[in-house]
Amino acid sequence: MEAFLHQVMAGLATGGIYASLALALVMIYQATHLVNFAQGEMAMFSTYIAWSLINAGMPYWPAFLLTVAISFLLGIVIERIVIRPVENAPVLAVVVVFIALLVILNSLTGWIYTYTIKSFPSPFPQEMALGRFMSPHELGAIGVTLLVLLALYAFFRFTPLGLAMRAAAQNPVSSRLVGIRVGWMLALGWGLAAAVGAVAGMMVAPIVYLDPNMMGGVLLYAFAAALVGGIDSPAGAVVGGFVVGVLENVLGAFVIGNELKLSVALVLIIGVLLFKPSGFFGKVHVTRV
Amino acid sequence: MLLEVKNLHAGYGQTRVLHGMDFTLEKGSITALLGANGAGKTTTLRALCAMVKTGGEIRFDGERIDGRATEDIVRLGVAHVPDGRGTFLNLSTEENLRLGAYTRRDRKAVEADLARVFGYFPRLRERRGQQAGTLSGGEQQMLAVSRALMLAPKLMLLDEPSFGLAPLLVRELFSILRDIRSREGVSMLLVEQNAAMALELADRAYLIETGRVVLEGTSQELKRNDAVRRSYLGY
Repeated sequence: MEAFLHQVMAGLATGGIYASLALALVMIYQATHLVNFAQGEMAMFSTYIAWSLINAGMPYWPAFLLTVAISFLLGIVIERIVIRPVENAPVLAVVVVFIALLVILNSLTGWIYTYTIKSFPSPFPQEMALGRFMSPHELGAIGVTLLVLLALYAFFRFTPLGLAMRAAAQNPVSSRLVGIRVGWMLALGWGLAAAVGAVAGMMVAPIVYLDPNMMGGVLLYAFAAALVGGIDSPAGAVVGGFVVGVLENVLGAFVIGNELKLSVALVLIIGVLLFKPSGFFGKVHVTRV
Repeated sequence: MLLEVKNLHAGYGQTRVLHGMDFTLEKGSITALLGANGAGKTTTLRALCAMVKTGGEIRFDGERIDGRATEDIVRLGVAHVPDGRGTFLNLSTEENLRLGAYTRRDRKAVEADLARVFGYFPRLRERRGQQAGTLSGGEQQMLAVSRALMLAPKLMLLDEPSFGLAPLLVRELFSILRDIRSREGVSMLLVEQNAAMALELADRAYLIETGRVVLEGTSQELKRNDAVRRSYLGY
């Protein structure tokens, strides 16, 4: 029972990270109806930025905040330079651009930082907090994730800019007619997604260690989380993240073994797409043809 | 003149819809564009706020606005009540209204305008927190007019506000539009298929056929015109 509880708690911690990344995917999806395959690599690159800052002697939290800010700007730059030109291109062309972005970021990081696995510090104390069930980093990661999610919720729900971003994603034509600069709202969305991804990267790095391929698995879980929740539902993505995190850990520890953990994500993806394509919180889309 | 349009051309892709329209709108007036389906009324309104590719000259309040982006034209005080109402279906009624005031920075005046809009359309106050997609067609039309009002516009472009409304509601909506013009001095460019109602409300009107103005005059003159009477008023 104790071991089980421990796995559930650990699952919640990684689940929070999947939830953040899934939310980043959903934010881009809502605005563009495309899944940004490079979201994980963007987060990975951000984490390396944080690593550089900390290695240069900056204390953890200032480095954390600066990384989030830089990632936000990088997200905007990527949207403006890479995504904007293919705005009206066919879906497959955009997907190719996303994959190119993934490969470029991955290689660029390997080129700058080498592929050697590095350890990444946790800002939380080392000794155990909640008895035997949860490490301080896991608890801290959940806390940070929840704070980020809460901040995002408040931003989208209560600020005029958040409202404008939601409007621009839903109805670009009407948005222009009330004076919203829709293009900039998309860029801001990319910035926010990149910033959220950066937090996820910095929270997962102490667990999976820092290397250019660290987000490959995480992105798969996040993708599964977004699909379970419904790819167009932010709340669903968050719930999905926690569900996937717990499932992955519990099944990995007691049922299928750690080596096959990643297949949980794949099974979830295929299962959801086959039997409930709209996810558990998403809308069913009906199109007249 | 608040609006001066010269030799306006517009179209969709290869299809040309407007072939050199000329018209003007006096400050404080309601001007109607009348015409059959496909004459180019909606396209004219879209051309005025750069929603379609256009050529020609458009002056608003003395300034050239052709070639500017939609968002910038809106910022000059041109509010468009679009064809199909343009409701933000997943947002609440109040959020829809607040979006109308998105470009404004005078917070207090926005709150006052919200109260005023609710005064014109008490129904919207009742539906304030409700998802706008669940409103009836008539309520969404009121919402579209209200959203435009929230911009505190100089000019409102109204695309078939009577579309899909019960006759009683049309009458109510038009009397509110008349109120808005007389109380707030908002000028309006009204596109309508319901020519009788439009001529009741408007001071002047232009008759459009296949992308050109074929007749213009005061509403009284057009009502008396035999061709208009037979083709558009139906008696």
